[in-house]
Amino acid sequence: MNGLVRLSRREFLRQTGRAGGGLAFALVAASALRPAPALAIAVSREAPGGTAGFAPNVYVNIRTDGVVEIVCHRSEMGQGIRTCLPQIIADELDADWDRIELLQALGDEKYGDQNTDGSTSIRRHFDLLRGAGAAAREMLVTAAAASWGVPAAECVTRNHSVHHEDSGRKLGYGELVALTEGIPVPDKPAFKSKADYRYIGRSLDTIDGFDMSTGRAAYGIDAALPGMLHASIERCPVHGGRVRRFDAAAARKVAGVVDVIEMPAPTSPPLFNPLGGIAVLATNTWSAQRGRAALDIEWEPGANAAYDSEKYREELLASARKEGRLVRQRGNVAVARDAAARTHVADYYAPHLAQAPMEPPAALARFGEDGCDVWSCTQNPQATQDTVAGVLGIDKSRVRAHVTLLGGGFGRKSKPDFGAEAAWLARETGKPVKVTWTREDDLRHGYFHSVSAQHLEATLDADGRVTSWLHRSAFPSIGSTFDTTVGGPSNDELGLGLTDIPFAIPNLRLEACDAAAHVRIGWLRSVCNVYHAFAIGSFADELAHLAGKDPHTFLRELMGPARRIDPAEDAATYDNYGQPLATHPIDTARITAVLDRVADMAGWGRVLPEGRGLGIAVHRSFLATVATVAEVGRDKDGGLKVHELWTAIDAGQVINPDRVVAQMEGAGIFGMSLALHGELTARDGGIVQGNFDTYPVVRMSEAPSAIHVHIMEVDAPPGGVGEPGVPPVAPAIANAWFAATGERLREMPLGKARGA
Amino acid sequence: MAVELTINGEGRSLDVDPQMPLLWALRDVAGLTGTKYGCGKALCGACVVHVDGEPVRACAFPVSAAAGRDVTTIEGLSADGSHPVQKAWRALNVPQCGYCQSGQIMSAVALLARNPKPTDADIDTAMSGNICRCGTYTRIRAAIHEAAVQKSAGDAS
Repeated sequence: MNGLVRLSRREFLRQTGRAGGGLAFALVAASALRPAPALAIAVSREAPGGTAGFAPNVYVNIRTDGVVEIVCHRSEMGQGIRTCLPQIIADELDADWDRIELLQALGDEKYGDQNTDGSTSIRRHFDLLRGAGAAAREMLVTAAAASWGVPAAECVTRNHSVHHEDSGRKLGYGELVALTEGIPVPDKPAFKSKADYRYIGRSLDTIDGFDMSTGRAAYGIDAALPGMLHASIERCPVHGGRVRRFDAAAARKVAGVVDVIEMPAPTSPPLFNPLGGIAVLATNTWSAQRGRAALDIEWEPGANAAYDSEKYREELLASARKEGRLVRQRGNVAVARDAAARTHVADYYAPHLAQAPMEPPAALARFGEDGCDVWSCTQNPQATQDTVAGVLGIDKSRVRAHVTLLGGGFGRKSKPDFGAEAAWLARETGKPVKVTWTREDDLRHGYFHSVSAQHLEATLDADGRVTSWLHRSAFPSIGSTFDTTVGGPSNDELGLGLTDIPFAIPNLRLEACDAAAHVRIGWLRSVCNVYHAFAIGSFADELAHLAGKDPHTFLRELMGPARRIDPAEDAATYDNYGQPLATHPIDTARITAVLDRVADMAGWGRVLPEGRGLGIAVHRSFLATVATVAEVGRDKDGGLKVHELWTAIDAGQVINPDRVVAQMEGAGIFGMSLALHGELTARDGGIVQGNFDTYPVVRMSEAPSAIHVHIMEVDAPPGGVGEPGVPPVAPAIANAWFAATGERLREMPLGKARGA
Repeated sequence: MAVELTINGEGRSLDVDPQMPLLWALRDVAGLTGTKYGCGKALCGACVVHVDGEPVRACAFPVSAAAGRDVTTIEGLSADGSHPVQKAWRALNVPQCGYCQSGQIMSAVALLARNPKPTDADIDTAMSGNICRCGTYTRIRAAIHEAAVQKSAGDAS
């Protein structure tokens, strides 16, 4: 649905007022603690705001007091969207930043796509958000011009007012509200020229910074209602398993425990539905957890009881070594092999990962005659509505999905199973229920990043040029979460870093190989780009050394002449992250420019201290290109130490440079965590790791001394930012380790072998 | 059974099982949700609060051990967010998702209390118990240095 439909004031009240019942249940903890806000913008204020005003579309409402309410329909999980989104609207509206109030949208299809995933918030919504601000601005100008009896073309907007320069008259936005009745919404409002931007491209401070530095920021885990119960759920250790029998007598004796309830068995396919299990409800979280520990449950583990990561690893590598489904082909790799001066073959392996956001999944729900309210740290409030409606068997319109701040998401919270758990328990108990996942729940029962095996073969001619490149990718598909018949990678997944390989190699063959899923597979920051970039970036470096060439120079050669690539020319199916290649091309000139920039930043080629090396990698994903250089050496115990990182990004037009820098810094650390430590393994069908002792992530002591970031100045539409920083990190580190030690690491986590 | 303690300068009596971790007593009983759960096993630092000025992991600290003592949470660090560490956090736009930052700030305040001029190595040692999954470590380091400068300037004036 188009979000830019004009609402009459009455409609605005009616549509948004549907959530009015929810407003009465404001988050107790957050509101009780909130002092007079130091900023004009408060956290957790939801749409609708207090007063109807001039609402030209669902994202903007101008009140008669002049305050511009801006609705954020995307979820904030650290990427800064609650700052960047109003920057865009306020800029096109010529609004005063100090006179805007940010409201958080509930899940509602009237906003269009709300799934905060795939680094889409800016790249897919930039024009929509500009249009929301520009339409409002144009209508205010029309209203002012009409009231003055002058042509609209003689009027300008400046800092929250419309001005008629010739006569010196002006009207503030608040004053104009009463004059906007009957003014049509322009079809194609004119956008500002780049030179006139006031907020877009500026590093405005994070809107939620005050609340986040004072403990006032409210996350899903903080949601509270009077009389609510706290739930902790014991789920089957094996994916797809169910309760055979259970004894809750001991659990019920734990002080504070109120009830013990068996949840419905899991569905197949799992979709976003709850996993089932036994829920213990108590007056506080700790009692619920203690009661849960006292449960005696016998499980029917089901079809995945034999899942064993060591065994599966061999199966997956074997699958990648066999011919798979053809994905993209140019020339003939077999012919090239016969004529080759040298041949090189390598396999790469990467394990399952968990997103492990610092806030585990958590949701509060209430159920009543008016339907269901769910407050949760969801990346996808409309999917929360759908899933809750399905689980409860009620109409979606009766589910109000409130969006709190997210204590990290990284793809985990795009799956709303935890919200549905709370909703089901709320109806079952007749009381508000908050479900809080433990860290162990998060690491053992999530939607995991795919385990993967990559098989690569290449040939070189006598001059060390690559004449052929074969890449087979094997991993269980995210599609298996939605369809049990899916047996291998989908074209969409292969489009994440495999199908779109930009190298100028005359003979190219890309294949997809079968792999069965034995756990719920889901998205993790950068998704399949993680292992595709690791294999491609590492293999290119291996070939450079084999050819006796400098890895940076060699990558430049692989990119070839400046050109735009369309994988469809090689008969591949490729959707370019849902946006046209015309606006978001695979442009080797831009990729090479990023590569050259990072090499320059890092002082590529400089003399390094003994035992240190530099590694370089570049990868285009989510319509942005990021290149990374890592300086790596041995620590005092001989383990792998990342000393410093350099990153350059071409994401086209950026909204808030400081938030882009922050995303690149964070991607460096996230990429280090998965490169050095990340590994979930299954034994007897269950995940072995349970907490940060067995699933380590990078800590301060391992953080590089500096992460240098450069944003390329490019006149192009926005690309993604949240995810593209991650993929080049692991290959850059592996390549640097090789440069430092001569040892090639082809398996993640790299630190497993190297004591990091 | 009631546990008597002082939270953010205010005498409180919490009707809880004495074995309940301070974290849940603060969050579920006292209604102070600024202190976060991240692991439940003293591994991540999201729950760091001060007891008599010393940093503790509230998720692994029985509320009874805080009886008769002064507990300071992020909400009590300053009335208006004006503590030099909080100001430095905002000046450098440290938080991304913000979830771990209560614990980070409480650990940083404790560090600066015992070491007003920490080096990078001091910071790495003191702050390695606090995980940030968003990866704000380099900014946290810089913010602690910034707070140290501001604090010494404030102390001198």
